[in-house]
Amino acid sequence: MTGSFLELRDLKTHFPVERGLVLRRRIGTVRAVDGVSLALAKGEILGLVGESGCGKSTLGRTILQLIPPTEGTVVLAGRNLSELDRVRLREARADFQMIFQDPYASLNPRMTVFDALAEAIQAHRKVSAADLPELVSALMEKVGLAPRFIRKYPHEFSGGQRQRIAIARALAVEPKLLVADEPVSALDVSIQAQIINLLAKLSREMQLTMIFISHDLSVVKHISDRIAVMYLGRIVELGPAAEVFERPLHPYTRALVSAVPIPDPEREKLRQRILLPGDPPSPMNPPSGCAFHPRCRYAKPECAKQVPTLDTFAGRHAAACIRLGEIV
Amino acid sequence: MGTLPDLHLCIRAIRVHLRSMPATRLIDMPLLQVSNLRTHFHTRNGIVRAVDGVSFSVERGETLGIVGESGSGKSVTCYSIMGLVPQPPGRIEGGQALFDGADLRALREPALNRIRGKRIAMIFQDPMTSLNPYMRVEDQLIEPLLIHEKTPRAEAVKRAVKSLEDVGVPDAARRIRSYPHEFSGGMRQRVMIAMALITRPELLIADEPTTALDVTVQAQILELIARMQRELGTAVIWISHDLGVVAGFCQRVLVMYAGRIVESGPTAQIYAHPQHPYNRALQNSIPALQQKGSELCTIPGMPPDLSKPLPGCAFAPRCEFAAAACGSGEMTLKEVSPAHATACARVLSGELQL
Repeated sequence: MTGSFLELRDLKTHFPVERGLVLRRRIGTVRAVDGVSLALAKGEILGLVGESGCGKSTLGRTILQLIPPTEGTVVLAGRNLSELDRVRLREARADFQMIFQDPYASLNPRMTVFDALAEAIQAHRKVSAADLPELVSALMEKVGLAPRFIRKYPHEFSGGQRQRIAIARALAVEPKLLVADEPVSALDVSIQAQIINLLAKLSREMQLTMIFISHDLSVVKHISDRIAVMYLGRIVELGPAAEVFERPLHPYTRALVSAVPIPDPEREKLRQRILLPGDPPSPMNPPSGCAFHPRCRYAKPECAKQVPTLDTFAGRHAAACIRLGEIV
Repeated sequence: MGTLPDLHLCIRAIRVHLRSMPATRLIDMPLLQVSNLRTHFHTRNGIVRAVDGVSFSVERGETLGIVGESGSGKSVTCYSIMGLVPQPPGRIEGGQALFDGADLRALREPALNRIRGKRIAMIFQDPMTSLNPYMRVEDQLIEPLLIHEKTPRAEAVKRAVKSLEDVGVPDAARRIRSYPHEFSGGMRQRVMIAMALITRPELLIADEPTTALDVTVQAQILELIARMQRELGTAVIWISHDLGVVAGFCQRVLVMYAGRIVESGPTAQIYAHPQHPYNRALQNSIPALQQKGSELCTIPGMPPDLSKPLPGCAFAPRCEFAAAACGSGEMTLKEVSPAHATACARVLSGELQL
């Protein structure tokens, strides 16, 4: 795709599994991310969903070069991030930032809001000390925190407010790409709504490209333009958010969508759940061919032989299943 | 050889029979009746009123959902019923919890232990809170049978394998020899459920047992509990902050806020016709029910500090419908329509229609 702002080409992140204290032997490989290609337009919000262990967080971290990719490239605004040396990469980091799930763990408890945000502002810009209070206050207002809390410590804030501080810290360097890894999962429903509204507003106002990682499909559907569904290190379905949710193609996505509880007793009564047998397989020893075939109700012998590619089905909606034409 | 287990089976059958028809039971008596329960924590920063006058009942075989955000007192309510609140700092200041006619709070430890883990079982969000990492699953599963039913070990193991099969653990006869860490999260949750249900309890208290699980595994667990409930006739108290799970799973719902019940009623009513502003606001903030991309409704402010006195309605400072009178007086839960009750004084007086 030309003109895309972020492009991933056949990205792979493998972790060696070793045994032995002195003589370390490699006994296997966890293929956490195993061949992901994606292109995002500027200002687009991509929701990345999948269950624990599917590699969605590893993918997020690999994009940000927090984990070096084993293979493949990440191109952000025309620049290949995987080729940059340490100094250049550090400079480039001003363009891409991350928000983590646990706002209790991601802030230094001994730094006030001012310290935390001033540090982030100064990380990539020369700013005189006299200007800092004003910049920090502006940043706080941007994320909906009253500047009068500027001298407070993280423990004096609630979970939602802490997540706002973490967001402000990420925005301090005026990034162009934001990877949010389960940013609302630790928050209560009413607070969760505040943070979702904030992220959607910021993305609009700042033309922020965002990868929103979550296991909560209804949250992802609400905020994203497109959704990518991951299973065992690969993207199995990609399409516009509403379509993936309302007309899922891949058998795994169908099961996933049908398992999401709807807070409406009437609709809930009429729904047919697709129950998947068993647990997701280990990424150290994935099934051959389509990794989903042992749990798939449509699986045929061919499914175990070839790895399906992510093919466009209709419009911008794609899925990786060799039987797509027959089962939809 | 054959006579001893047979005799044992007979005795157990008689016991089960006797238990199913205690002489004192009234026909209409609910399985569990909690009235005016108050649990406070005495901390350095003052008295935290975690549960502040909670009354509700659970019928036999019924599924009751308790929803609320963190700190609303939903878990502490159930811990208080089970006598699991650490004392100190916790103290149950008042109230009653009648289980099948017996006040759990007045019972001495030995009598309570005959009910807990046998007639009332509990499952938790984190299975490792109820599984011992040092013990084989087998030894943990048969423990309730050895203690409560004095089952011979060989038979207990047989039943334990059966119960693991029932909850869908594959290869149960071999897997029962494993330790908890050898199971995945969803499988551990199944083991815990098997352990809770092995004594065929009359009441199962489930404290967010699916919150940490993936949705597909959650769907499996919900289906499993619903099936066990149909087979055993167990009543379930389902504690959750997920309004979606409760909608599909529970017949009746209690909504808690700041240690009090603010609304209770049949599930369909609670969702379709909320009668308390907090319940309404909570539902409006769920993305699943809103127009995609629209601004989600939020509840301004934060939950109150429970160590400060909360006169009137605890939700009033955050309520868009609050009037001056909401800040004082006593809020009581009263019916607005049959079986549907609210603690909102303005709704009850007819001033406010939601």
